[in-house]
Order: sequence, then structure tokens, then C-alpha cells
Amino acid sequence: MSAPRFAAEPGRVTRWVILGIVGIVFLVPILAMVEFSVRVGQPVKGVQTYGLQHYAAVFDPANGGAYGELFRGILNSLGICAITVLIVLVLLLPTMILVELKFPKLRRVLEFVCIIPVTIPSIVLVVGFVPVYSIVARVFGSYPWTMAFAVGIIVLPYAYRPIAANLAAIEVVTLSEASRSLGAGWGSVLWRVILPNLRRGILSSCFITIAVVLGEYTIASFLSQNTFQTALVLLQHTDPYVAVIFAVFALIFAFVLLLLIGRLGSAAPGSTGRNRRTA
Amino acid sequence: MTTTTHRASVATSLAGREGATVELRNVVKDYAGHRALTGVNLSMAPGEFIALLGPSGCGKTTVLRALSGLESISDGRILIDGVDVANTPVNRRDIGMVFQAYSLFPHMTVRQNVEFGLQMRKVDGASRRSRAIEALEMVGLDHLGARYAHQLSGGQQQRVALARALVTRPRVLLLDEPLSALDAKVRVQLRDEIRRIQTDLGITTLFVTHDQEEALAVADRVAVMRDGNIEQVGTPEDLYTQPATSFVATFVGLSNAVDGELTGATVSVFGTTLPLLGTGPENGPVTAFVRPEDISFATQGIPATVVVSSFLGSLRRTQVRLDDGTLLFVQHDVRTRPLTGEIVHLELTGRPVAVSARES
Repeated sequence: MSAPRFAAEPGRVTRWVILGIVGIVFLVPILAMVEFSVRVGQPVKGVQTYGLQHYAAVFDPANGGAYGELFRGILNSLGICAITVLIVLVLLLPTMILVELKFPKLRRVLEFVCIIPVTIPSIVLVVGFVPVYSIVARVFGSYPWTMAFAVGIIVLPYAYRPIAANLAAIEVVTLSEASRSLGAGWGSVLWRVILPNLRRGILSSCFITIAVVLGEYTIASFLSQNTFQTALVLLQHTDPYVAVIFAVFALIFAFVLLLLIGRLGSAAPGSTGRNRRTA
Repeated sequence: MTTTTHRASVATSLAGREGATVELRNVVKDYAGHRALTGVNLSMAPGEFIALLGPSGCGKTTVLRALSGLESISDGRILIDGVDVANTPVNRRDIGMVFQAYSLFPHMTVRQNVEFGLQMRKVDGASRRSRAIEALEMVGLDHLGARYAHQLSGGQQQRVALARALVTRPRVLLLDEPLSALDAKVRVQLRDEIRRIQTDLGITTLFVTHDQEEALAVADRVAVMRDGNIEQVGTPEDLYTQPATSFVATFVGLSNAVDGELTGATVSVFGTTLPLLGTGPENGPVTAFVRPEDISFATQGIPATVVVSSFLGSLRRTQVRLDDGTLLFVQHDVRTRPLTGEIVHLELTGRPVAVSARES
């Protein structure tokens, strides 16, 4: 009697069923939002009229005043995204590389520190941030971009993971030692060897950071800053259709980001992880 | 032109400079309270190939890393061509290195990998390309220049790593167990290829391995390490026939450690008087190290029972148990096939044996 066979991955049908269920879970609310955003007026005798009037209204210059706060909120959020990504690239990334190369024993400590924010509810963090921000406001002024310092902490767990996974997938110590033995200074080691091999992790980290920043509401709300999310909530009270339209746009944007991350994650010649034998 | 002749001419064009002298003087390395190197002394002549051999944790890789500059030293001096490089950073020591782990840059093609060291030395593009191709020809992989590391086998990756290390014409080549991740057949092939290239280039080479067969096969001299120090440096033949210590006798090759009685320049083992190899401790009870090939089967002599006999290709090795329980290895002709449990008789061939003071 032959031993039972265990498949390494689910069969084709199972895969499609899983994809279908997950797709429905995601698609139903999105389709509901799209359906809501194209409604025109109230149903008459149970019949709903549809049109693109609300979409046209968003881009109508005559409505600039009505949606001005929202567009300013979007600009603020994009500014916060840029600064937060900068914090990730300038602070987190070099720290992780340094720990990997020179202080591997601190890897666990760094991981613990980076994971902490995900275990603390945002509201608790915000309560802590409020007194800190009274000082930040005195030093830098009460500008929306200063929120990036707080958001930089919130995104740590999400930004840390892709870079850590990428670092674990390459022999970063051996590669740096090999390049040093070939005459490279630390700058060349970083720019020519380590960063190109961390490209996927870094880009994923940046995209996830942007997605998290664009979805952040609690901190902005409690620090009384105008961002995309807070503006959307305010707008919802006066024009729910436009609020939903922007929510759909935000979802599509997040979807495109995730798609890009997925594409980056797929194998490409010359950008694989640890060297491995093929024969 | 044959491939071998062509590769030899390529190697000659890559040689570029004479091999350097290397000297380690009293090199000490401490790691957080643990002394990894306890005063290592080693001299390498220009173009010499020395293998550092020893068990895991003996400090052989630390010696190599100290010489490369990847590891700082706590005390002592490291001289390359008479110049102390102990404080020179690794990227300025002008050494070539091949690592145990596959170390090709995954985002670069084979040719780009080989060109990397030249790029760091600001060699112009045309020279870079031609020298990279020469180096790849030397290891027989010039046709794979456009491939990436993951498209190569382990042996090919290490060949490229060798080409990459040599293309810059370094003063010293350091090999850190470069063959240990390869399968047996590739290992032997690449081992011989490394030796051929090293001989052609005349580059001073330090080769770290824990595989004694590998060390004895390729090196001009072998340095046997134990507990952070070098126990003996000598030609492979010297180490095998004239081990300086009991550790070397047991670590290099197979030895039967048996009780003996030392008297002057002779030692009595199993009632047979054998000449002493080298110098011994004071007269009295000693441990004698008898090689398996120095024991043979005879019609009369020391009685023993066959435990197991193994076929090793060109020879056979049989383990026997003496009446007092001592286990011995006997190496003999494959045509003699002792059976397990068979009673045999042994005699010593009379070759000199190394001894050490008997440990109580």
C-alpha cells in the first residue's frame, strides 16, 4: 500500500474557490460604494436613477471652495507620506543594515522595538503623543507635516517586516565582506551591493508606509490636523457621495500599491535572494 | 591550441606580479574573554600554497580573517612583503578572497561580478571587460558571462568567485573552505583546478580546510592548528610520517594509539621493538602511534579477531580486536578479504613510530 500523498499546494479548483471567496469579500463593499456614488437623487417608485454627476462635480472648478479642504487634506497626507518614507529610509533602513552587519545580537531587540506599536492601540499612543506634540508645536509650529514623526512610529511594524525579510534572504554579511575584500569602501558596499539587493524590501516597505499613512485617522483627528482621512470624515457630513468617491479612489490607489508590491515580490532574474545552486 | 594550454597562457597574462611574503608574528585574538588565537606564528614564501588544517573551532578561519583584515587582532603583527598591515583596512590590503558561502552578488551578472574589483580600482571599461573575460577563461566559464548567480551550479559559482578574487592580481589569495558546500566529485575537480591556477599564477595562497585529504592533496605545506595555535607546519609527507605531536599524529591520517615502552631510540610495541620517529619523552610507558599500513596480516604473530572490513577502492581497511580488547585498524590489499569473527594474526612492519607521553 502506498503512503498517502500530500499535495505541496492546493489544486487548481481549490485555488479558484479561495480566490473567488476572497474576491467577493473585497468586491462587495467596493461595488456597493461605486453603486452608491453613481446614484442620482432618491428612488422614484422604487426605481433608482444612475449618473456620473457626482464624479463630474468633484472636478468642477466651481466646487473648488466646497472641496478645498479635502484637496488640502490630500496634499497634507501626501506630504506626511513623503516625510514618513524619508524617516523609514534615513532612520530605520540604515539601523537595520547596521544591526545586521555589526550588531547581529541586537536583531531581536530591534525587532521587538519595531513591533511594539502594533501591539498598542492607536488611541493609547495618541494620548501619549498629545503632550509631546505640545512641545513639537512650540519648536516646529503646528503644521500637518509634523505628524510624520508620530506616524513614523505607527508604521514601524509594517515598514520593518519587508526589509527584515529581504535582509534574511540575502547573505548580507558575506556579500559585504566579499565586496570589502575586492577593494570597496563602506559607501560602495552600501550603494553598489547591499541596497540593490534590498530593492524589493525597501520598495515594499515604502508602499506599505504610504498605504498606512493614507489610512491613518486617529492621530490626525486627535492632533486636530487636516489630512485626507479627517477631511473625508468632515465632508461625509455635507456630501456623502463625494466622500464615497474619494474612498473608492483611495481603495483603488491602495490596490495598485499592493499590486506593485506583489509584482516586486515575484522572482526576477538577478534579483533573487540568497545564491543557490541549480545543479 | 588545447584548452589547458590556452588557460595556462591566460593565467600567465593574469599573473602580473610576484607572489608576496606573508608573516604572522605572535598573532593573538581575544573575543569577549575567550582567546581564539594564542600567539600564531606562520611564514609563507612568495608563491607558496599553505593549507590551514584543524578541527572546527581551532581558530583557522580566524587566522585567515585576521590576515584579510575582516577581523582585527588583539596583539601581534601581520606582515605582507615586510609591511605591517595589522591596521590596514581590508579594502586596502590587496588580497583576494573566496568564501565558504556562495558570495556572488545576486543582482550582477557573472561578468559584472568579476569586474567589480576592477571597478573599485577605477580600471577603465575596456580593460575591465578584457581582464574579466581573461579571468573567466582561466576558470573555463567565459561562455557564462551573461548569467546570474542563481543560474549557476555551486561549482560554477565558486569558479566565478575565484576568477573575481584573482582578476585584480592580488598579492595574497585567501580561500576559506571554498569547497565545503560542493559535492564530492566537484570538490575534487575544483580542488585540482585551484591548485593548477595557483601554480600558474604563482600567487601566495592560504587555504583553510577541515578536510585533511584536501589539505594534503593541494598544499606545498600544511599548518595543523589546535586550540588557537599552530601545532606543526610541514610538507604533507612530513606531517604524515613525522608528526610533531600526538594530536598531529592522530589528526593527520589514521593512527592506532597503542601502549608502548620507550627505551632510548626504540619503542617496544606488542613485543616488537620499533625505531623511534623523531624525539620522544623520557624512557618509560608511552603511547605509540602506529599507522594502519604499518600493520600486516601474518601466519603467526599477534592474535586478533576481525570486527569489520571495509572496501575503500584501491585498498581495504579492517578493524580487529586484540585479546585485551584493544581495537586496531589494519590497511591491506583488497584481495585479502577477512570475514567478521575470523581469527587472524598481525605483525608490525618495523617502520618508525611517533610516541607521546602516556596520559594517565
